Amino acid sequence: MADDQASVAQIREWLDAVPDPEIPVISIVDLGIVRDVQWRDDVLDVVITPTYSGCPAMSVIPEDIKTELGRHGINKINISTQIAPVWTTDWLSDKGRANLKGYGIAAPRTTGVPEGCPRCESVDVEKISQFGSTPCKAQWRCKSCLEPFDYFKCI
Amino acid sequence: MITHSNQTADSRHLLEFVLRQGDNALVLGHRMSEWCGTGPALEEDIALANTALDLIGQTQMWLAYAAELEGRDRSANDLAFMRDATDFRNLLLLEQPNRDFGHTMMRQFLFDAYQVPFLQALESSADQRVADIAAKSGREARYHLERSSDIVIALGDGTEESHRRMQDALDRLWSYAGEMFVTDETDIAMHNAAIAPDLKLIHAQWNDTVQARLNKATLAVPDSTFVHKGGKNGVRHEEHLGHMLATMQVLQRSYPNSVW
Repeated sequence: MADDQASVAQIREWLDAVPDPEIPVISIVDLGIVRDVQWRDDVLDVVITPTYSGCPAMSVIPEDIKTELGRHGINKINISTQIAPVWTTDWLSDKGRANLKGYGIAAPRTTGVPEGCPRCESVDVEKISQFGSTPCKAQWRCKSCLEPFDYFKCI
Repeated sequence: MITHSNQTADSRHLLEFVLRQGDNALVLGHRMSEWCGTGPALEEDIALANTALDLIGQTQMWLAYAAELEGRDRSANDLAFMRDATDFRNLLLLEQPNRDFGHTMMRQFLFDAYQVPFLQALESSADQRVADIAAKSGREARYHLERSSDIVIALGDGTEESHRRMQDALDRLWSYAGEMFVTDETDIAMHNAAIAPDLKLIHAQWNDTVQARLNKATLAVPDSTFVHKGGKNGVRHEEHLGHMLATMQVLQRSYPNSVW
């Protein structure tokens, strides 16, 4: 390994600046999409994992990774996809969960029910539809402030 | 030690098995995508399209594996867009036209109720790639089953009109459901190799789920035991598949190898 190679920790920090293409307030690191980062001689291997099988963002994310790391002078990058062990919403970081809420998206919970309305915190909420504006979200409504909101599906 | 000819037979069965999974996901995924922009309500339109998206994603995993097993330098896209109807290995149930929303959701429910226990069993497949794809798809299938069950129950136990339509859908689709449990030499080979479960076990689980939820939906399970066959082995697809593929494949057929 050459001395001037950036450390893996540094690279992970840089990747933390790459937003999810559909939910720009969380990074691909927050989402748990970046599975592994490793140098192989002068090539950087980055392993990513899909959230939902058909998520269209998976075709954009490798390009975004290359652009971001290219800005830091890393141009030999090999990006591969790995599906096992399977991604779950447990991989979402605490920072990611907090950012989601600030953006008006309720974070996933294993109970399948959001903690509360991301705007007024009321727990009096109801499901409108199991699916929402992206494959990872469902639509809910707050019965206190009457606002609809997105809920990050739990799988 | 297995002989060379047995190995060839086994790998042929594995390819056949993987193609079946990919074609099921592809054909149902395409059918669901036909609803895009015409759903009965915005929320349902979005849900139908997202279900389609999950299925197309699963298709990519299965058909990519099938293409590798085939070893003829074809991609998942080639398999999806350049094969003829007779080469497809999907269940006849899944190529049935959408008709109304009730038919679409009943078809989805009958399949989801099979797919959930089937994929769960595949998670412990002796073939690691099959197990990985099943683990990934299974979570999505469980979510789909939750939704299709809710809708079948709500519409079955709904108004007079919605009940009538759901019963029509069930009566029409029932004779197609049995093909999921028809066991042929590929299924036996996969079961013997511990790659796939005994379909009899899946049938029992399917029966429990379907009976309980149809009861809740106040729908009468048809008496008929007749089973339409010929989709999963590609021997006798119905005319619907050809029409569907004509639309789905037109771009690649007209402009081969074109890419975005």
